[in-house]
Amino acid sequence: MPTEFPDHSDALAKLVGEPSGPVELSPEAVNSAMIRHWVEAMGDRNPVYLDREAARAAGYRDVIAPQTMLQAWIMKGLRHTLDLEAARAAGTVASNDANSTMMALFDDEGRTSVVATNCDQSYVRPLYLGDRLLVRSSIEAISDPKQTGLGHGRFATSLMEFFAVSNEVAERGVSAEELVSQAELVGTMRFRILKFRPGTGATAVVAKPPRPRPAITEDNAFYFEGLRAGELRIQHCTDCGTLRHPPLPGCGSCTSLNWDYVLSAGKGEIYSMVVNHYPQVPAFDYPLPIGLIQLDEGTRIVANLEGDPESWAIGQRVTAEIRALDDELSLPFFHHDDMQED
Amino acid sequence: MTSHAFAGKVAIAGIGATEFSKKSGRSELRLAVEAVKAALDDAGIHPSEVQGTVTYGTDTNPDVDIARSLGFDDLTFFSRIYFGGGAACGTIQQAALAVNSGVADVVVCYRAFNERSGNRFGAGVQGRAPIANAENAHLASYIPVGLLTPAQWVAMAAARYLYSTGATSEDFGRVAVADRKHAATNPKAWFYQQPITLEEHQASRWIVEPLHLLDCCQETDGGQAIVVTSVERARDLRQDVVIVDAAVQGSAKGQDMMTSYYRDDLCGLPEMGVVARQLWETSGLKPSDIDAAILYDHFTPYVLYQLEELGFCGKGEAKDFIKDGRIELGGELPINTHGGQLGEAYLHGMNGIAEGVRLLRGQSYNQVEGAEKVLVTAGTGVPTSGLILGKDV
Repeated sequence: MPTEFPDHSDALAKLVGEPSGPVELSPEAVNSAMIRHWVEAMGDRNPVYLDREAARAAGYRDVIAPQTMLQAWIMKGLRHTLDLEAARAAGTVASNDANSTMMALFDDEGRTSVVATNCDQSYVRPLYLGDRLLVRSSIEAISDPKQTGLGHGRFATSLMEFFAVSNEVAERGVSAEELVSQAELVGTMRFRILKFRPGTGATAVVAKPPRPRPAITEDNAFYFEGLRAGELRIQHCTDCGTLRHPPLPGCGSCTSLNWDYVLSAGKGEIYSMVVNHYPQVPAFDYPLPIGLIQLDEGTRIVANLEGDPESWAIGQRVTAEIRALDDELSLPFFHHDDMQED
Repeated sequence: MTSHAFAGKVAIAGIGATEFSKKSGRSELRLAVEAVKAALDDAGIHPSEVQGTVTYGTDTNPDVDIARSLGFDDLTFFSRIYFGGGAACGTIQQAALAVNSGVADVVVCYRAFNERSGNRFGAGVQGRAPIANAENAHLASYIPVGLLTPAQWVAMAAARYLYSTGATSEDFGRVAVADRKHAATNPKAWFYQQPITLEEHQASRWIVEPLHLLDCCQETDGGQAIVVTSVERARDLRQDVVIVDAAVQGSAKGQDMMTSYYRDDLCGLPEMGVVARQLWETSGLKPSDIDAAILYDHFTPYVLYQLEELGFCGKGEAKDFIKDGRIELGGELPINTHGGQLGEAYLHGMNGIAEGVRLLRGQSYNQVEGAEKVLVTAGTGVPTSGLILGKDV
């Protein structure tokens, strides 16, 4: 039995719409030094970020910051982040803002792993040198639990609204909350994460089930026993010599009920074929090519075709390889007859 | 062969159906009861007069439960026919045999299921427990390989048909286009007002190559019932009389259930040939006497096979026969005027019989003017059956 985890749906629902934490002010104004580092790191040669003439020629009043730097102006740097993590680990910082509460609830639901899934930015106006940015973050959405490929998890979307004030206004010593009320919206960003239970993903949960079993009767047991012994057996009337497949208790040619079997050499030709797409049954891989093989001995057999579905066509020569799928079931798989390539 | 004893002496007196949906919200038994009641009402026969019932071997609704639900009196005939949709017209033959031999005066044939919201045939047989019996052993050749669904079983034959006859997927598509054209003007059809083009057929996704999605019939929740009685009795009832000119079953050498892959070739349906031979011989009619045909269309390829087996065209010639709207309303041989099982509903062929009746009563939404003889077929790829229905003259 998997571990039972609590369900915090109700508590999480109350967090939707709440501010993630306090409004934050960027440590410094939009400046050309950071822009230069960014465009060099990105390999962005657009001149409007550094060359005033080029910016004006493009219709801007001055050089602008690359739009995708929107969040970069707010970031406080690696040292700040490391110090904060250390303080949290030591228990010297109380984190009771909505974002911390949400993360703690996710962890308590067993969703301790995290992956960022989406980041969508939209821009209201370009950022110019001297703009001071403010960001107001809130929790926009928390999904119901979902089984994803990575694991059983919830998606959480944060909405970050970016505002700008002039550097002078920002330096007046007013609180960031108060500054926002006088500021101009310059862009937004939605950031979505998946918090999931480790080890509950597609590969962990849905191991490929074994192929469905054939019904075995006294009439067809010899055929499947033969495959387990590595033999492709064809039923043979011991009175008139007619071969038959699929197995039956009697001979349609002479009515005899006496039979044994002969061994097929596993060589033949594709008489007809299909490629299955839907429905997709977990025990099989799709697209799934299946052939109706005319064996050289004269009977036909339905079997899987190996390899690229596109490579198969009616009339092609094939050779069987008998393979054990598990202790119980072996089947013939047909591949292209190499001799035919000549 | 001479005429069958019942030919011309037995009639279809009533038809009744539920709505055709994807989620009925009712039990299969309730659908069966509603359809039977509607068919009896259509005929003007009280349920207490029913003496016989016929349904499919695959139907889950016991005749005795329907009998108790509707207050039937004593039953003297109850029968079932196996092989899935191949049973459709066979139920009418059973009823005709019973009525004409004096075993039962009024027989109700029915089929009802939640084939979309409940047990979906299109989902495949991979879940079937490998219990040791011959029906399951038949599937042993296909289940472990992954050949699991009716579409896949038909596609194996269809691929060879394309290879041998030079027909193309577009020829299959013309059947779908005709069906959907007719469904578009039938308010009872699921795809009412939703015709398709050949381009849309070609662009629809693969289900199993060489079959596109639009080569495949719907999955439907619903019920359909047909009331059979003597021509004499029918003439005293509510509706115009529709006469059973021929009702036959057919299974042929090398017959298998959906996977007759071991015959000399895969480009025919010899069991439909057996049906065709008897239809023409027992009715004394010929293909040119037929004003419209309801050809079983779970998957489009076998409609082409049927046109050939029934003698409407020669072997391998269906691809040419169906061109230029010949099988559409206004053409030489309109087929599936209700929209077929691609367009109206998949009721295992039973709704096709009802459409045959409507055409002869002048009640079809896509009426073929002056229709006097209509041919109806049942499930293909399996032991099957067929009807020729005629106007009372």
